[in-house]
Amino acid sequence: MPHDYHLKDPHTEQRLFRNRMLVALVGVIFLLGVLVARFYNLQVVNYEDYRTQSDENRIQVRPVAPTRGLIYDRNGILLADNRASYNLSIVRERVRDMDVTLELIGNLVRLDENDVTKFQKRLKRRRPYEPVPLRFRLNEDEIARISVNQFRMPGVSVEAELVRYYSLGDLFAHSVGYVGRISDRDLSNFTEDDVRRYRGTRSIGKVGLERSYEDLLLGEVGYENVEINARGRVLRVLERQDPKPGSDLVLNLDAQLQQVASDALGDRRGAVVAIDVNSGGVLAFVSKPSFDPNLFVTGISFADYRALSDSLDVPLFNRAVQGQYPPGSTLKPLMGLGGLQAGIITRESTVKDPGFYKLPNDPRIYRDHVRWGHGEKVDLIQAMAQSCDVYFWDMAHRWDIDDMHSIASHFGLGTKTGVDLPMERSGLFPSRDWKRGARGMPWFPGDSLNAVLGQGFVLATPLQLAVMTATIANRGTHYRPQMVKSINGVEQPPEILHNLEARPDHWDLVFEGMEAVVNHRTGTGKRAGKDLDFRVAGKSGTAQVVGIAQGERYDSEALQERHRDHALFVAFAPVDNPRIAVSVLVENGEGGGKVAAPVARELFAEWMSRPQLEPQKTADTTYLSEGAGNG
Amino acid sequence: MASRDFSHRLSDAHGSLRKPVSLSRRLHIDIPLLVLLLVLAAVGLGVLYSASGGDMNYVRRQSIFMCVAFVGMFIVAQIPLDFYRRWSPWAYLAGCALLVGVLFFGTKAMGAQRWLEIGGFRFQPSEVMKLGVPMAVAAYLHQRRLPPSLTTVIGALAIVAIPAALIVRQPDLGTSILIAASGLFALYLAGLSWKMISAAAMALLVAAYPIWHWGLHDYQRQRILTLLNPDDDRFGAGWNIFNSKAAIGSGGVYGKGYLQGTQSQLDFLPESHTDFIIAVLSEEWGMRGALLLLLLYVLIIARGIYISFMAQHVFGRLLAGSITLTFFVYVFVNIGMVTGLLPVVGVPLPVISYGGTSLITLMAGFGLLMAVGTERRRVHF
Repeated sequence: MPHDYHLKDPHTEQRLFRNRMLVALVGVIFLLGVLVARFYNLQVVNYEDYRTQSDENRIQVRPVAPTRGLIYDRNGILLADNRASYNLSIVRERVRDMDVTLELIGNLVRLDENDVTKFQKRLKRRRPYEPVPLRFRLNEDEIARISVNQFRMPGVSVEAELVRYYSLGDLFAHSVGYVGRISDRDLSNFTEDDVRRYRGTRSIGKVGLERSYEDLLLGEVGYENVEINARGRVLRVLERQDPKPGSDLVLNLDAQLQQVASDALGDRRGAVVAIDVNSGGVLAFVSKPSFDPNLFVTGISFADYRALSDSLDVPLFNRAVQGQYPPGSTLKPLMGLGGLQAGIITRESTVKDPGFYKLPNDPRIYRDHVRWGHGEKVDLIQAMAQSCDVYFWDMAHRWDIDDMHSIASHFGLGTKTGVDLPMERSGLFPSRDWKRGARGMPWFPGDSLNAVLGQGFVLATPLQLAVMTATIANRGTHYRPQMVKSINGVEQPPEILHNLEARPDHWDLVFEGMEAVVNHRTGTGKRAGKDLDFRVAGKSGTAQVVGIAQGERYDSEALQERHRDHALFVAFAPVDNPRIAVSVLVENGEGGGKVAAPVARELFAEWMSRPQLEPQKTADTTYLSEGAGNG
Repeated sequence: MASRDFSHRLSDAHGSLRKPVSLSRRLHIDIPLLVLLLVLAAVGLGVLYSASGGDMNYVRRQSIFMCVAFVGMFIVAQIPLDFYRRWSPWAYLAGCALLVGVLFFGTKAMGAQRWLEIGGFRFQPSEVMKLGVPMAVAAYLHQRRLPPSLTTVIGALAIVAIPAALIVRQPDLGTSILIAASGLFALYLAGLSWKMISAAAMALLVAAYPIWHWGLHDYQRQRILTLLNPDDDRFGAGWNIFNSKAAIGSGGVYGKGYLQGTQSQLDFLPESHTDFIIAVLSEEWGMRGALLLLLLYVLIIARGIYISFMAQHVFGRLLAGSITLTFFVYVFVNIGMVTGLLPVVGVPLPVISYGGTSLITLMAGFGLLMAVGTERRRVHF
């Protein structure tokens, strides 16, 4: 290498270096200025913005779901409870290989295709650090197997969630109803306030009281400000506003009576409603067949739902409030009272019953269900006791339909009872106006004959019949039927919808007739009072399902079982101080007195066996004051 | 040779005549630099304790790294500059050979091939070149007439370009640029003509378009785009920048208090104990802390510039100047990147960031600075 030191000038070199370094120093100072300015910009100028961003990062407002209100029967038996349910969840970001993890889980707990597909769908919607449920309702055994193997499956955890549990299963499915997962349809009906209230809540009342009292049962959502880390893990709670738990409901329903009613109905399709005569409180509410409401709580499986919805017996159908049946002869006491009040008949009025009735100028023959008739001189008592059709036909012919409609309305027929259950149907009691409007036809005299016997256009729900019977039993006070007795310990006062003014001797007559139905030698409802040490008053009914052609005789054998008549029975007891009114419907049960009356008898026997459970404080005074008004 | 030895002896003779030889001079320690580095190291451990979420393991390991690095610095400072000057070509060639070796036998990690594994010991040859390149350029220029002729410049550029190209291939663009910069600083300080500098700047501007399209990896382009608009991708590529800015900004002037930084303590800040550690300091100590740290760096740089000014020979002068300016570049790039001024490149904050390798290289550099600084006073027995 050439060493040209002689050409080097140390002083020039040093000066050159120092100049270069000074220029560089200017650059350094400039860049330092940039950094200082940057800090100033971030920490002074935009301090507020970054402060907010940092807090947003750190603090998350989380909703705290309120616990749903509990539902008890009148004696404090828990009908709808909240129980811990254990779900298997997976946090995506902590899982190394999802397929392997799913396979591992599949070896430990039962996983069907459906679970996995739904899980995959949910997985896409959640953030990577959020736990996504895979399986709901793990049993003890499954929880144990998961926890033993947890170390092999990072990101897999078992989480507890409170879910509704209906301890008495199908017994209250049609009254208490059930909750289910909030569906897209529910969401589309939500108001802004609903959206707020349901934050953190996964289920909503779908049918029954769970639905009608949804607002009260739900409670108010609470909030907590939680500090989270970047992976979304909650580190501590900074502030908490507790949720307000939903209100507890105590029902008028009596679990024991309900059980008796259900057992009495047995495997038959039908409905039983029992009402507290003195308050309108619904004591028993049965619609059969029923189903297990617990199936719906966390989402019913497709197969289970198909089984319920495809069943010919329509177990999901609430016969007691949605089933509209021709009430048949059960209307006779009411019609009798109406006829008395309207002056069409008196206690002494009699009719000759040859077994058929003919309207003047009408060739059609109306046949009594007793072919040979009920005799030469049938009076009101006898007409009720033996269910003489001709007596009532004769009365209806002389009676104005609109007056008939009016008294039926007073007893709650043709309008919704206003019970605190959803999806109630109104039934129908026709009038001239109705027929003109709905059918575009005038009222024919024959229509009145059908109406008075609860046939033709007339439709009523079993609940309506129970309300009607209770209104008769307490001599005209028409209470709104109520499932709920008290809310959070606050008694719900009975609500009187209407007070029927009628002469006491007319009431006596109706009572007498209904008592004869059960207690007279020839009464059609003798089975309702069999072996009871108190007196029962009632009325049987039979409703045609299929119209019988003129001149043809009814032959049950020739008809399909499902085309047979419906059996009906309404009754109250005890006669001298009525406390409970019952309506029984047995679909295709044929004889009201034969099939339905024994069911009512079971309810009376049960209810009257423990009078001490029925203090009747508030109800009694209400009754007495109203009774005085009526008298 | 002879003339230089004479001047050495002359100044040494003067020094030794005036006052007794101090201990620091005997040990070749630059006291102001040492004090500043010790303060910086202490600050580093304090911030690291917070950034690691109170994990003493990190602090303990970093303390060991620091001890090793300080000892390394002392050892480097003991060796006469002349030795470095004479051996730097060989060290440079060996370094290049290792870099070639990395390309063929290197260990892969995180998608890059940067490490050589010898007997279970892993190291990055590019670390060595952080000092090897400026040393080689300084040694090369030491023997040439300054300001450098065109041939000299071309030679110097070749010395810079070969390792830079090898490191780019790993790929490690950030390190490559920093190493190239350290060599170019030496060339610049040697008096590279402004004409050539502006010509190079023009060339770079012209080359910007093809470099953008063909010279960069997708992730590198992404980082630059993210820089321009970080809010576009808050939860993706912009996450780091978003959160480090939030950390620094929310610290305000006074800070949230030591160990109280929510961004860092709650893991919102990625790499909070390595590259993004200044965000932790800025969040917890506020602008006061950030500016004090900057001041510490400025004092170190000032001392480095002073040492380079006092250096008697071209090699020491260029080496000290280059090391000092490169040190500043490290500081600037790291803070620029954490505060969202520059794209995210993996450059640690000198002395503060957790990590042993970069710390050792850095302290060796300060050892060289001390060797330059005490050269003049070197006592010859």
